[in-house]
Amino acid sequence: MRVIQFREALREAMNEEMRRDESVFLMGEEVADYNGAYKVSQGMLDEFGAKRVVDTPITELGFAGLGVGAAMNGLRPIIEFMTFNFSLVAIDQVINSAAKMYSMSGGQFNIPMVFRGPTGNAGQLGAQHSQNFENWYANCPGLKVVVPANPYDAKGLLKTAIRDNDPVIFMESELMYGDKGEVPEQEYLLPIGKAEIVREGQDVTFVSFGKILKVANEAADILQKEHNVSAEVINLRSVRPIDYQAIVDSVKKTNRIVVIEEAWPLSSIATEISYHVQKHAFDYLDAPVQRINSMDVPLSYAPTLVDGALPNVERTIQAAKAVLYM
Amino acid sequence: MSQVKEKKTRTTQKKSSFDKETYMRWFEEMTLMRKFEEKAGQLYGQQKIRGFCHLYIGQEACAAGAVSALKKGDKWITAYRDHAQPLILGTSPGAVMAELFGKATGCSKGKGGSMHMFDKENHFFGGHGIVGGQIPLGAGIAFAEQYNGTDNLCICFMGDGAVRQGAFHEALNLAMFWKLPVIFVIENNGYAMGTSVQRTSNVTDLYKLGSAYEMPSEGVDAMRVEDVHEAVAKAAQRARSGEGPTLLEFKTYRYKGHSMSDPAKYRTREEVAEYKKQDPIEQVKDTILKKKYATEEDLEAIIDKVKEQVEEAVKFAEDSPFPDPKEIFTEVYAEPDYPFIMD
Ligand SMILES: Cc1ncc(C[n+]2csc(CCOP(=O)(O)OP(=O)(O)O)c2C)c(N)n1
Ligand SMILES: [Mg+2]
Repeated sequence: MRVIQFREALREAMNEEMRRDESVFLMGEEVADYNGAYKVSQGMLDEFGAKRVVDTPITELGFAGLGVGAAMNGLRPIIEFMTFNFSLVAIDQVINSAAKMYSMSGGQFNIPMVFRGPTGNAGQLGAQHSQNFENWYANCPGLKVVVPANPYDAKGLLKTAIRDNDPVIFMESELMYGDKGEVPEQEYLLPIGKAEIVREGQDVTFVSFGKILKVANEAADILQKEHNVSAEVINLRSVRPIDYQAIVDSVKKTNRIVVIEEAWPLSSIATEISYHVQKHAFDYLDAPVQRINSMDVPLSYAPTLVDGALPNVERTIQAAKAVLYM
Repeated sequence: MSQVKEKKTRTTQKKSSFDKETYMRWFEEMTLMRKFEEKAGQLYGQQKIRGFCHLYIGQEACAAGAVSALKKGDKWITAYRDHAQPLILGTSPGAVMAELFGKATGCSKGKGGSMHMFDKENHFFGGHGIVGGQIPLGAGIAFAEQYNGTDNLCICFMGDGAVRQGAFHEALNLAMFWKLPVIFVIENNGYAMGTSVQRTSNVTDLYKLGSAYEMPSEGVDAMRVEDVHEAVAKAAQRARSGEGPTLLEFKTYRYKGHSMSDPAKYRTREEVAEYKKQDPIEQVKDTILKKKYATEEDLEAIIDKVKEQVEEAVKFAEDSPFPDPKEIFTEVYAEPDYPFIMD
């Protein structure tokens, strides 16, 4: 199969959907003339023109809200945040406008739009540019939150998100834009809310999403090679809704679970999954649920401090060993 | 400093160019808004209406003059002081009253409440509760009209308090830069809750804020419905001819407290009385009588008719059912079978 970059997969998704539906447009900082801060939207201005690929000033609150208003009035905006760290100055419009409008209006105004951009750490960017808000947005009813882990997911999920009639938060990563992966030439869509079993296993379940899925996969490789432990790895793909069934089914088979997530631990997706698993698979658990999150601190700059704070393969293997009493 | 002094000098008698039909319409619409809100205030006292409840009494000319200056197809959006506008955009008083009661027949099905009236069919894009939050939305609604190449515009209302929010400045900048067909209206009623305009900034002529974005801007005596109409008509023409937005500062006054729980101790009785002397409905009435468009008795008959309408609205609201509790999980997502967390 054809191999393309993560950023190309996203671009193809947007291009295809914009060709298909005149009401879809892309708006954000540096998306047009500059071809995207991370070159995701390269060439899109040339194809679609300035009406549909719209550069904005640095005014996240303004253009996020403008997008919601446009969605109320029949358009299907894709609003790009240069990173989700900057979505915080626009969060009022995401939470109080986009997420509330359909309900508050008694079903009269739905918000068919996508807020997309990178999330999480991306090297030594310091405390303000290295944060994960997947769980923040996932907490809020009215939103859907999608976190693709590879180019195949990125394209199939973004196309679905653009066609979705509800507001979707779509969270990528600077560190993944150059990742390559197989993406079919022919059109496909992936459903939101359906997890993927990335590898089957018998001994322990790893649940992860986004770029940290790589950590889970690598840990699973090593466990297999060095310890003859077979880990089942689940890629959630979306964290609102969460595919609880896939998780519970897997735990019923492996009896052990480790959740690996980049966000901070308190009220994280890992915490939510832990609750669900103890409630719905209590009798199947042979060990307490373990979670691997970033350390409970702002991410510092120095490489040693970054490495020590992020979820990594070593901590994941340790957690697996703990639930296996190894 | 109160607005009273300034106000006296501003009120000038202009020659009116509006016909009988327009005056009669204004009188009826403004009376409907006034009587509806007076009733809402009473019902709040009886605890039939709960939550927050912000009345429009005193500000009626702002909505009436804008409605007569605009056309069907134009979009409206405002803050939480939102009962009155839908009433004259075509929403039935019963649907607005039922929403205040939290009934299933309300214009937002009982899911919105006082601050969140919506009526898509009549192009009313809601009632919004975060001060300033509706301003970028208004720009976006106008963006969609421009995108689709229609000749509709969006009129976006806000209070004087809202202009101190970043959302106001961001929306004005984008709207002006992209020449969006939007009219931004500041309903300057002198206060944001208990804080007078003078206590919020060095810039107290709020229309002047538009000049930061080179947006044509104007202050309007909004106790005079004629002035409101003329200012909105001019702004609408600009918007429709592709010249972009206008910022209008409607100088108005709310007779009641900010919400039902506010005794309004931050202003003097004299100040309120001064504004009541310029009451927008009385001014319309005076003109009608002076021009002999109708007699006192004719106007009394209209008031009686409106009161009856309001009574019917109350009865409709009273008789309507509350939403079924299973409605909790409907209309949260457009997707029909969203898997809610149930434990
Ligand atoms: C962001 C935000 N901050 C504070 C409030 C609480 N609040 C509600 S109304 C109001 C005053 C707003 O006054 P103004 O904009 O002048 O409108 P008016 O009530 O006079 O119509 C305040 C502070 C709010 N709803 N939203
Ligand atoms: Mg005010």
